[in-house]
Formats: sequence, C-alpha cells, structure tokens
Amino acid sequence: MAELTAVVGIGQTKYEAKRDDLSMPGLVREAAERALADAGCSWADIDAVILGKAPDLFEGVMMPELFLNDALGGAYKPMLRVHTAGSVGGSTAIVAASMVQAGIHDRVLCVAYEKQSESNAIWALSISVPFSLATVAGAGGYFAPLVRGYIRRSGAPEDTGIRVAVKDRQNALRNPLAHLHLEDISFDLVANSPMLWDPIRYLETCPSSDGACALVMEKESLASRRPDKVAWIHATEMRSEPTMFSGRDQVMPRATLDNAKNLYRKAGITNPRREIDCAEIYVPFSWFEPMWMEGMLITERNQGWKMTYEGATAMDGDFPVNMSGGVLSSNPIGASGLIRFAEAARQVRGRADQHQVDGARKALGHAYGGGSQYFSTWIVSSEKP
Amino acid sequence: MREVAVVGFTQSPSVRREPDRNEVEILIPVLQALREQTGLAGAECDFICSGSSDYLAGQSFAFVSGLDAVGAWPPVSESHVEMDGAWALYEAWVKIQMGYADTALAYGFGKPSMGDLPITLALQLDPYSVMPLWPDTISVAGLQARHCLERGLFTADEMAAVAVRDRGNAKTNPYAQVKGDFTVEGILAEPFLVNPLRKSDCAPISDGASAILLAAGDRATQICERPAWIRGFEHICEPMDFGVRDLGRSRGTEIAAEKAGVSSDKIDVAELSAPFTHQSILVERALGLPPETRINPSGGALAGNPLMAVGLSRIGECAARIFRGEADRAVAHATSGPCLQQNLVCVLEGR
Amino acid sequence: MNAHDTSGTEGDGSPVTVLRAPIVLEYEYSAGQSASRFLRAIAEGRLLGQRCPVDGRVYFPSRGSCPQHAVTFGDEVVELSDKGTIVTFSIVRVPSKNIPLELPYITVNVLLDGADTILMHVLDADLDDVHMGMRVQAVWKPREEWTTSTENILFFRPIDEPDADYDSYKEHI
Repeated sequence: MAELTAVVGIGQTKYEAKRDDLSMPGLVREAAERALADAGCSWADIDAVILGKAPDLFEGVMMPELFLNDALGGAYKPMLRVHTAGSVGGSTAIVAASMVQAGIHDRVLCVAYEKQSESNAIWALSISVPFSLATVAGAGGYFAPLVRGYIRRSGAPEDTGIRVAVKDRQNALRNPLAHLHLEDISFDLVANSPMLWDPIRYLETCPSSDGACALVMEKESLASRRPDKVAWIHATEMRSEPTMFSGRDQVMPRATLDNAKNLYRKAGITNPRREIDCAEIYVPFSWFEPMWMEGMLITERNQGWKMTYEGATAMDGDFPVNMSGGVLSSNPIGASGLIRFAEAARQVRGRADQHQVDGARKALGHAYGGGSQYFSTWIVSSEKP
Repeated sequence: MREVAVVGFTQSPSVRREPDRNEVEILIPVLQALREQTGLAGAECDFICSGSSDYLAGQSFAFVSGLDAVGAWPPVSESHVEMDGAWALYEAWVKIQMGYADTALAYGFGKPSMGDLPITLALQLDPYSVMPLWPDTISVAGLQARHCLERGLFTADEMAAVAVRDRGNAKTNPYAQVKGDFTVEGILAEPFLVNPLRKSDCAPISDGASAILLAAGDRATQICERPAWIRGFEHICEPMDFGVRDLGRSRGTEIAAEKAGVSSDKIDVAELSAPFTHQSILVERALGLPPETRINPSGGALAGNPLMAVGLSRIGECAARIFRGEADRAVAHATSGPCLQQNLVCVLEGR
Repeated sequence: MNAHDTSGTEGDGSPVTVLRAPIVLEYEYSAGQSASRFLRAIAEGRLLGQRCPVDGRVYFPSRGSCPQHAVTFGDEVVELSDKGTIVTFSIVRVPSKNIPLELPYITVNVLLDGADTILMHVLDADLDDVHMGMRVQAVWKPREEWTTSTENILFFRPIDEPDADYDSYKEHI
C-alpha cells in the first residue's frame, strides 16, 4: 500500500567538537544545501521539512525548529519536529519517509542536528530533579553496569570493546567528515586510555560533536527517472519499551529483538547476516557493537563478541559495521541516528568514497536511545524491492 | 487516501496546578478512560505517538516517562514529537495512510505550572538576537494585538467579546478551567496585564492531558458508532521573524484551511486553540468560518489551555460532538510558536 | 538573567563567534502522591515499596504506577529491608556535578531484599572487592539529620554475608 520511496540526496557537515564558524541556522543549512545539491533540487522543490534533534536543553532553545524554519526553506510549508531520545535521528528519517510513503508529499527534506558546544550536554542530561535518586553520572554511568552484565552473560573476553574502538577509529580515518581522526590509533592506545566508567575506557566512548545531517527523499515515480543510483527504502521499523520495570532485560531488551524481527519480515530478509551487505549501527560505547549484533539478530545470543574478535565486522569482513567510523568517531547526538541511516544509503548508492564496501547492495541503518529502550532501523537497497 | 476516523477522545480536567500528581499519574486515568470508551488499550494499537515538551517539564527526555502510562509491553511501535499532541495525531494519521497501521493512539500532556510559562516560552525565540532580551509570551502577543488594533483590524470590544463567548460556552464543559458569565464591559474595565491585553484576553495556564484513538475503515465503525472521519488534515509553519510576516493575519492557517477543504461545505462547529482573544479573531478569519458556525462550544483555549494537549483536545472536542450527533462537520485548529507561527487544521465529518 | 557579552573586537570587522546568554529558569516540582508517601516514610528511616496489582511485583523506588502494565498502584505498601544484593556495578572516574563524591567511586544497581526492581546508588568499598552478587546494606545519615529526602541514605557498604547466587538476581541485570 505504501508508496515506494528513495533517498536521493545526502548532505553532511564536517563533524567537529566546536563549529563556532556557524550559527545553528548555518549548521543545519550547510547539511541541507549539500543534500539538495546532491539531489539536484532547489528549496522550492521541497514539500515539507522534518527536523529531529535530541533534548532542547542541549542548546537552550525551546522547539528550535520554529526559529530554524526560515534557514531550512520551510516558510509556509509543513514542518514536523521529532524527538525520541538517542534514536531520534533514525526516527526522523522514518517519519520523513512515511510522509512520502503515505502519498502525502512527493519530496521531503529530513534534517537532524546537534550543536552541543552551545550548551553543556552532560549538564542537560544530569539535571537533578528533586525526589529522584540521581546517582547516575551521565550516559556512561548508566550503560557501564549493563556492559558488565553483557560480559558476565556472554563470557566475552575483556578486550572485545578495545577491538571495536580500534576498528571504528581506523574506519574514521577513511572518512574526512569524521570528528575524530586518531592517526596513531592502536590496541595499546585504547587499552591504556583511562578507565572512565569501568569497564568502559576513555577511548571506548563517543566524542561530543557539533554537526548536522540531511536527506532528501522522494516518491518512486520521481526517483526512478534519476540517472544515478538512489537508495530504495525496503523497510522501516520502530520499537519502544518502558525504561524500568521489574524483570526488564536491559542488556538485551525485547524491543530490539522485536524490532529486528519485524524489520526483516517487512524487508523480506530471512538470513540477515548473509543478505545484508553492511550495517551502520549506533555504538556510543564500544561494547554495544557485539551487543547489537545479537540484538539485531545478526548472530546468535552471546556470540556477538566473536564477530568482532574474528574480524567479521571490519571493512574487509563478511559483515562490515560502522564503515563511517560510527558514533565512536562523530557524535552530534540528535543527528547521530540520521548519520547511521545516511551511511547505509551512501553505501548502497556506491557513494561512500574511501569507506565504500565493494558492491554493497543492501544495508542496515540503526539507532537506539533512552535506557536501551527506543529502537529505529531501516533497510535500504540499490534495487527496488 | 484511506478513510481514517477519530473513534475515541478523553481528557483530564484543565487545572491551574496539579499539586499532587506527576505527568504519568495525570495520563493514566486519561488513557484508561480511552480504553473504556473504545475497548482498545493504547498498547494494543499498531502505532503510538505523543506530544510534550522538555522545557515545560524542566528536564531532558521528559516524554520518556509518558510511555509508563501506556503500558508499552510487549514493546510498541511508537514515536514522539516535541510539539502539541495535534501534530502527534498527524504523524499517527500518516502512519495509517501509508498502511503501516490500522489503529493508532495519540496523546499530549504538559504541566506548565511547574515553571514560569511566559518566561519559559521566551526560549522559543531567536537565541542570538531576540531571546537574550527575554520577551515573555504575553508581551510578544501584546505587540501583535497592538499592531492589529492600530491597523483597525478589530476593536478591543471585539476582543473582549471572544472571551465572553468562550467562557460562557465553557459553563457546560466539566473539563474547563475558566468559565462563567463575563461581559464586554466588565472585561474592558479590567486593568491591562500587558497593554493592550487584559487578563481575560489571555488563556489560562493549565496542567492537563488528552488522548485520541484513530482507526481506519471498518475498524473505525466497529469501535465507534458514529466515527469522526478526517476529511482534511494540514499544517503550515511560517518563518518566525516578526518582520517578515504579516502579524495581522494568520497566513499559515489560511493555507492549511484551503488545502484541508474547510470551505467546501457548511461547518457546524469550530474549535480553536488560539491562546489570546485577538489571535482567536485572526484564526476565525483565516479559516473563513461562516456566521452560523458555532465557535468553541467547549470554551476553546481561553477556557482551558493545557499546553501540548490543548490542540489535540480541540480535535477531540470536535470529534466528540460528531460522536454524539450534535455536529455533522467540524473544523479544529491547533497552534504553536509565537504569534500563531505554526498552525494545523483538521476537518472532521460524521459521514 | 540579562547578562550577555560577545567576543570579537568591536569595529575590527571580525565575526562574533561567542555570545553568552545565561538561562536561569525556576521550577517548582511536586513529588506526586506516591512519592510523597515514600518520602515521608524515608524521613522515619523506613523504605516503602509498592506492589503492582497485576503481577504482584514490588517496585522500589516506586513512581506510583507500573510502567509495564500502566496501572496506578493501590494503597498497599511493602516495607523493605535496607540490605540487598549488587546486581551489577561500575567504577566511575568521571566527575559529575550531582554526585559529590571523590573519584573514583562505585555505582551499583542494588536489588533490595523484598524488592523486584533495582535501585541505583553508590557503594563505599574497596575497588578491588566489589563484585556482582555482593551483599550490601544502606548506611544512613545520623538520625537527627533525616528529612523527606532520599539523601538520608549516604551510600551502601558491604556486609559479611555470603554472595547471592547468580540465578537469584540475573533477571534484574
């Protein structure tokens, strides 16, 4: 029933700790202009603008889409603002796609951004509301105990996370847009970096970045006429569950498993590891690569670490993961999910330059957020379904 | 387009301050009542979307706890907009249109009483050039009202008459917060709050929540005897800068109304979420309502203004009148941003 | 609140790259019905949990409703021990404004005896000793300093009891 939809334009800013050369409107516009140029479109060709970002408190602007409307060519057009915690970038892509899939719009602009340097994200995340037991120090403090739980369950070697961190930073060296370019990245460098939230070391965590990412999506009848490869959206899926309830499996939440099952069913995928050529997964702390390899049903339960260990997730492995360098190399929070979705689309369009996986035809984009409770994913392909 | 209808609507009473209940405790009875009304629990819906604001709650990720009121287990397909619940409903409607869902829940909630709302809303303004001056929302709306009065678009009497009408209508609405027999003379005798706005020109600050259930085709008629079919659903955002748009009209509402087909037939009822009397007049004009339309039978935003739910409730109030056979065709309006920057129009019909 | 300044020298034509616009907003939170009862009890040194009417599980700390079943808890309260088991933990070496402890410190997810949900707190113990399954007990402020605040519990500390069996807490990780 849904109108077949494709990604036809992708634009990203350079990701950096501090983009003080640009205002917020300048930042989103840089990504949007690049996406329009890639799609060969002008502002007037866009029917609606869908904007995503993480909490408003990060930049101190309430509903910033209102003041960014103008900069995004959104004047007198429909505009929607998505916010689903860390998964927001992915959710924004899904919401934008659904506007075309529903036949409501022919072509939409999807933008996600974060300008963390304009405020203090750790502060915004750790506001101590009275009466709550605020003993968690940022996201690392929340996720480190879960990583420990994963290690206990799976028996994964303690250096699995280090290997992920090295691999993703090596991939980032191929991506000129990545925030971190650690030329001297090595196992020892990561292993010897300070232990921040045991068992998570400094170089196993994501940076804090400024940046924006934008996609242009359009309906089949338009996208089919294009001479260049487009990324056809085969399936999208979202799943959420409550943060805390008795017996909730926080290490391997049911929401990720349900999400994966439904995504593959809709995309007609029966053997994800074989049928998907590469994946860009939301890995803010190194250990989440093996965890989400299991959570996305790429491998058996408690076996995810073996994929890392055996090099399966490396650029030359049988299932490359985070070719762009991943969240570990660039993390403008609100955009991080969309960057994953965008990288999946770049791969199947054959436009990922130095981090292109040869012959990639089908790719997975993935984002998650909250207390491992919000999941959004898509499958894109160079071929129509 | 698929045939999609509002098949259920529930709300909490709008109150100045909910001292005893947190957002989840406010939401749970609203969602339970919706389940009783429709026979369908929120978590059983194919898609769920909510609208809320972190800045109203004073903390990041405030919407996450809203999910606790849904009972999202097994995990649900769900999303959130940092907007009024009316836009959450729009997203839910899109998901049904694309065939992803046949049933969907949308809810909105807010507890602005925790902070200083007029100041909090100043954070919506341009952070580089306007916000550092801290213009509160009432002052910004006052500038717009002054602009309209000076241009002779309407008079202070006409503004006061809006409040008299809405709060008189609200007398029969058990969920309304400000209601009663006001008079134009009485309102004009009130001191200015922010010249030219008097207290009665302004919507109250309200805590509250509301929820709507959507269903497609046969599912709609199974759930609801007389569903409120959505015949037009459009929203438009204008640029924010006050210097680049005409503050004397709601151009966004005009465009949305035209695209939604508001004027193609009679309109029995209109529900507007304009938070100031002068904005209500601008929206009425932009919608092109005929004289026989009953405007704000619930009292509208001037009688109860639970931010993030108030727009969704307007759609719900229209739908409820269609459920009861009191209206055949209705128009609901929602707004967001300073001076009616962003507007949504929804046309509902009983047939 | 109105203080703001800009960098970039006046008149030299260089771009303004920084604008400081401090934001101060005041909020008045209400604890809510359920948390109020919990806070009044903690002022007396008692830990009250609430039972989900659907599956009987005991929530502590309770937010007044069950997120899994979306039902408000009834009036039944369950008095809990201040002893529990470490389900999982982390050693933190990153400073945080809302945790006034010297680095490094240990954060723990504790399953209190009688509760079916975990409590996130901090542990006062030797960094080399802490492990999953370790038995711990709350250390309270002096009684005369107790208020309606969760801060009445300073931290947890290990107690001389044998470790809990992994199977007894593994579903709470």
